[in-house]
Amino acid sequence: MRLARGHLLLGINDEALLAGAREVEAALRQALVEHGLTDEFEVIETGDTGFTGQGVTLVVHPDRVAYGNLGVADVQEIVTEHLLKGRPVERLVLHLPDPADKGSERIVLKNCGLIDPDSLEEAIAVGAYGAMAKIVEEHIPPAAVIDLVKESGLRGRGGAGFPTGLKWSFTAKGEQVYIICNADEGEPGTFKDRLILEGDPHRLIEGMMIAGYAVGASKGYIYIRGEYTLSIERMQRAIDSAREAGLLGQGILESEFAFDLEIKKGAGAYVCGEETSLIESIEGKRGFPRLKPPYPGAVGLWDKPTVVNNVETLANVPPIILHGPEWFRSFGTASCPGTKVYTILGHVNKPGLAEAEMGTTLKHIIDEYGGGIEDDKKFKGALIGGAAGAFVCPDCLDKPMDFDGLQELAAVLGSGAVLVFNEDASIVEMLDGILSFFKHESCGQCAPCRGGTRALKTIIGRIREGKGQPGDLDQMVEIAGTMQAMSLCPLGQSAILPITSALRHFKNEFEAAIA
Amino acid sequence: MKEMLERYPASPEYLLELLHDLQDAEPRNYLTSEALEAVAERLSMPLSEVVSTATFYSMYSLKPRGKHIIRLCESPPCQLLGAESLLDYISEQLSVGVGETTEDGVFTLETTSCLGVCGVAPAMMIDEEVYGNLTKESVLKVVEAVRRDDATG
Repeated sequence: MRLARGHLLLGINDEALLAGAREVEAALRQALVEHGLTDEFEVIETGDTGFTGQGVTLVVHPDRVAYGNLGVADVQEIVTEHLLKGRPVERLVLHLPDPADKGSERIVLKNCGLIDPDSLEEAIAVGAYGAMAKIVEEHIPPAAVIDLVKESGLRGRGGAGFPTGLKWSFTAKGEQVYIICNADEGEPGTFKDRLILEGDPHRLIEGMMIAGYAVGASKGYIYIRGEYTLSIERMQRAIDSAREAGLLGQGILESEFAFDLEIKKGAGAYVCGEETSLIESIEGKRGFPRLKPPYPGAVGLWDKPTVVNNVETLANVPPIILHGPEWFRSFGTASCPGTKVYTILGHVNKPGLAEAEMGTTLKHIIDEYGGGIEDDKKFKGALIGGAAGAFVCPDCLDKPMDFDGLQELAAVLGSGAVLVFNEDASIVEMLDGILSFFKHESCGQCAPCRGGTRALKTIIGRIREGKGQPGDLDQMVEIAGTMQAMSLCPLGQSAILPITSALRHFKNEFEAAIA
Repeated sequence: MKEMLERYPASPEYLLELLHDLQDAEPRNYLTSEALEAVAERLSMPLSEVVSTATFYSMYSLKPRGKHIIRLCESPPCQLLGAESLLDYISEQLSVGVGETTEDGVFTLETTSCLGVCGVAPAMMIDEEVYGNLTKESVLKVVEAVRRDDATG
């Protein structure tokens, strides 16, 4: 990195690009030239600066001042007022979380928005590959790495919350073992993994490397959904630069350990987020889920033992190794330590993302991170966990959210998507949208899901049109119940969640639509 | 096409990659029967297996599509913020239904599940570009801008 008095971190992601980030960047570089500041300030493209929904964002370091919703017209003022005279342009300033406030501690997104994701040097400067180095230097054996992850209490962040260390320990030994990162983020309302892929790719590489070391895998795949163009590009560049630097390949960090990575691009199928479908897809087949057991830990990719972990899960691994399980357990709840990355959407003032400790209440997430309900309207409810998630009502606002706490409310944390809606929202319409989604994404392999999703969509469709019939609601629950019991994979098994939760909290709306 | 086929080792593992590349190279954004046959031969797979896989994934098409693909997100976050009426509007303005191509062959209108940019819902993709915070006015502007860029080449 070139020495400079200050760094101007420009958030470059899909949202910023469509808000004109490239134009702002060009204007900024031009203005620095005009004012003779090119030797003093460096413009760095970073991933997400943590301010989703704020258009083009710019963070000035070391001042720690963040700007949002920038247009080309604002650039001159920032340069002349802030960079030249040291006076931040207040009208454009965004509130940065206070690092002293433990509630806003970031583990997973720590570096997102602070480093240039295309620079291996910057990643290393903030500690990337330090955990792997520690393993090599201190000769920590694979079994001890698994124990550390087990003791940390880390649970899978893809939705199901299965203990990660346990999953690793269940993986069979073999000549060839694979580690797969599930980056097929398709749960509606979820984009936490995209931010990690785009903002801190080396963290994921290191997480996979450590997982590979722990289970004896020399080869890893990152399966990224086909729509995530920027994620695929950034991840590929990160893998290439790590390989060039000798961090991937043979003899990593002068140890005996060999590990390499390959990206696989999805092609538009929600069901491929299910681990066995994803494996089928990597093998070049239709993404049909497999019958379990055997689980991938025993018979996975090309019938070899395989670990499949979510992006966010793997991103938690390096800091756990580096700082120890005790440190990790100091965040979150006893049964769900650590943080969770949430995406907060819908009728809130500031849609976006938040990394909060496990056990944070829904109210805190909506008010503190989402900026409260839009237009001072009344909170009616939220859909948590995406389409395969559940509706909650205002009674749930003060309940701590983690995998177990939500289960008590017959809800799920799932992927961490929080879709908030106000009093004007129609639950019948929303459920229609969700069940259309299930119908479209059912892979068609097993009959309960193939026929069930179609029947559910037909019923909710006629209820929405005002043509509902008596008994429709009971029939929906019955069909979804059969699907839950009989479907091959979690897709068909989950349709019951949004249905029963919608009926539990908002049944009167359905009855009114039928009557 | 030969060069593209040989970009990857001849293993079924690279089927999805090959289909992506061949479709992207085709001006009408679809997999021609020649392409499917060539892939089957290259990977020593039955043609039926290649076709069966290609038809499973929503990003592939076996029918000619427009030069540009509009993918409007219809997932709950976008739906909540008005994606349904937006879809009706685009469909009316372009005089096409979902899955259809405009008469001039420029646009195909499709819907998609979550694009992962829900912070700026409602959102859509045109080819590889994402557009968010859509309104009836802005969506029309975007579509017209794409058309204009095409005309100026």
